[in-house]
Amino acid sequence: MTKRVDEPTGTTTVGHEWDGIEELDTPLPRWWLIIFVACIVFAAGYVVVYPAIPMRHAATAGVFGWSSRGDLAAEVTAERTRKASTLAAIAALPIEALPAQPQLLRTAIEGGRAAFKVHCVQCHGSGAAGSIGYPNLNDDDWLWGGDLTSIEYTLTHGIRNPDHDETRQSQMPPFADVLQAAEIDQLVAHVRNISGQGKPSGAGAALFETNCSACHGTAGKGGREFGAPNLTDGIWLYGGDKAAVRVSIAKAHAGVMPRWNSRLDPVTIRMLAAYVHSLGGGEAPPAPVVAVAPEGKADVGA
Amino acid sequence: MSALDLISPSSPLYQKRKGVFPKAVDGFYRRLKWAVMAITLTIYYVTPWLRWDRGAYAPDQAVLIDLAHRRFYMFSIEIWPQEFYYVAGLLVMAGIGLFLVTSAVGRAWCGYACPQTVWTDLFVHVERAIDGDRNAQIRLAKAPWTFEKTVKRLNKWSIWLLIALLTGGAWVFYFADAPTLARDLVSMQAPFVAYATIGVLTTTTFLLGGFMREQVCIYMCPWPRIQTAMLDEKSLIVTYKDWRGEPRSAGLKKAQAMEADYPVETFGIAKARIGDCIDCNQCVAVCPTGIDIREGPQIGCITCALCIDACDKVMTQIGRPRGLIDYATLDDAVIEKAGGTARPVWRTLLRPRTLIYFTIWAGIGAAMLFSLGQRDRLDISVAADRNPRHVQLSDGSIRNSFTVKLRNMETRPRSVDLVVSGLPEAVVWSEVGSRETAGPRLRVPLAPDATTQLRLFVAAPATGEEHVEFRIVAQPTDGAPGSREARPARDDVVFERPEREDDE
Repeated sequence: MTKRVDEPTGTTTVGHEWDGIEELDTPLPRWWLIIFVACIVFAAGYVVVYPAIPMRHAATAGVFGWSSRGDLAAEVTAERTRKASTLAAIAALPIEALPAQPQLLRTAIEGGRAAFKVHCVQCHGSGAAGSIGYPNLNDDDWLWGGDLTSIEYTLTHGIRNPDHDETRQSQMPPFADVLQAAEIDQLVAHVRNISGQGKPSGAGAALFETNCSACHGTAGKGGREFGAPNLTDGIWLYGGDKAAVRVSIAKAHAGVMPRWNSRLDPVTIRMLAAYVHSLGGGEAPPAPVVAVAPEGKADVGA
Repeated sequence: MSALDLISPSSPLYQKRKGVFPKAVDGFYRRLKWAVMAITLTIYYVTPWLRWDRGAYAPDQAVLIDLAHRRFYMFSIEIWPQEFYYVAGLLVMAGIGLFLVTSAVGRAWCGYACPQTVWTDLFVHVERAIDGDRNAQIRLAKAPWTFEKTVKRLNKWSIWLLIALLTGGAWVFYFADAPTLARDLVSMQAPFVAYATIGVLTTTTFLLGGFMREQVCIYMCPWPRIQTAMLDEKSLIVTYKDWRGEPRSAGLKKAQAMEADYPVETFGIAKARIGDCIDCNQCVAVCPTGIDIREGPQIGCITCALCIDACDKVMTQIGRPRGLIDYATLDDAVIEKAGGTARPVWRTLLRPRTLIYFTIWAGIGAAMLFSLGQRDRLDISVAADRNPRHVQLSDGSIRNSFTVKLRNMETRPRSVDLVVSGLPEAVVWSEVGSRETAGPRLRVPLAPDATTQLRLFVAAPATGEEHVEFRIVAQPTDGAPGSREARPARDDVVFERPEREDDE
């Protein structure tokens, strides 16, 4: 541990030696020192003005009163303000009038797309293609109507919500209590036949006329006032093979969709309706006579 | 200094800049540099103000790099982002052009046209106007900070700063409508990025042109290294003809006296062979990078040829032929040293290497011009929506949906018919239509100079292959049949059907 002056450089050594290798006691570069001291000064100021020192419940607030949560709140408020006029315009318009305003419609569809990803994908899937028991919203088969007004109504009031009077309401009885197993098999054969599968069944047709046509129609085309599915097309909410159809007839299904007026504001629901309508199966507004259908349905449910 | 000296701790790695005070000079090359400076500065400052009528739907600035809208306008040419390879082609041409120029006339780019050279030259002239010529400048640099020196320095720096500000200010006009931006800049309403860009370019111009100067060429710029590698023995470079100049004599009179004293071999003393160089040092005094060309070719020489002007003037004064320092090739040097006559300049310029470079350069240029003339101004790209891949419709048919982007690159509204080909019985409609209005073709209006995006629904019978390759064609509804504008755009996509399930 002897300090000495290194001759070629004129610098003092630190005094350590490892196998003849010594370390020179070179001072820190000036620029480095300046930056180092500047950082300390900066840190002192930072601690005073920004949240810095952890206390028992929260960090010190800092004299600027800044917080990341406050930043977020400000950004959210700014974003709300930015969107407010557009959303107000969408809210002010009856939904049937939306297609006449392409700019607003596009905004509504995009807003609906975002809301769909949060509230709807859990059941209907991220592509809105649904699954067994959850309708595919891309197709042109609608249980309760596929025009903008009907979709908005369904979204607002939901389907089979026990706590709500205006909800879409219907209930298919479980036919296992009414019919013999063999009769159900005949019905299955008939239902599959009218949708283009399997052979005709005379007995099944008769049973259908007696038990099913009240809601599904004589031809099995369904009825939107009851949300009764069209049995003649290729789209099956609960499956179209024999076993699935048998279960549907014997036990009956009654799918429930929450009413969204208790969770979402009317503009979001309107934008969701526009989005769902835009997926490819959306229908044109019905003729004026049919336009009162929502109220009609509500009466049925009541 | 050897490499060992460089790494020795006793010699610092940093060398302080030696002041360069270039002396004023006049001559052919100086005038050539004036002309090049006038042309390049004019191009730089005036270009953004040129107007070019493109109709109502596109800007009327002749040269505009519209980053916000992703368009590049250059007179009658408009380039979209996906056509950026044209800009890449221009860069390739610029590169090969530099090869061509370097192999023919050495570092002519460095000496005449490089912005660093042009702006430094401009700054040097300002300096000379305020501080006086070389000797006055040296005196002033050594002088203490008197009132007069302070005033001169402040004057010089202010003018430099003004030039730098105008330089940075002109740059931003290439990226926005120049008259509008000029108004906004003055009224402090221009975007922050414009002020920031001007600030950065003002600072760099001020520092690079005023203080760093030749150090940029020697230490910062990669081009001298690359150009040095591109030079060969047939490239024209600024050459001190040492076989003619050496041995030097200090002053004309001494030279003449020596020749007079020893006209023939006398007492074993050789007949005086006195070179033409009288060591007047004018070539060093005028050099903007502060080198001595008589030491041979070196990285610091930007071949500005001012030493040629200076030396020619001296040679004329002392009655010797001009061209002691001159543009010459290394081959010429060997020939002349042996007493021969150098090859004519045109043979130096026209040789296989330069001709091959020129052919490649011109070929790329011609190919780009041809392709610019032939390119389509309508483009379609179709992406299949994958979630869900296909949808079963109630009539039994299968629907696929596609995101279609139609690029109308003409500055006028157009419309196209989207037609499906290769998919039997297919019908199409879009978000704004419906299955009821679907047909074999769909008319789509296209906004001018813009991309139109739509969701296209295609329905086809369920019977058929699981994957069918088909084509979506955008057929313009305007333009004479067979003309370029009537040429359809197309994209190939796949129609997906559900996997076959056998009936029970």
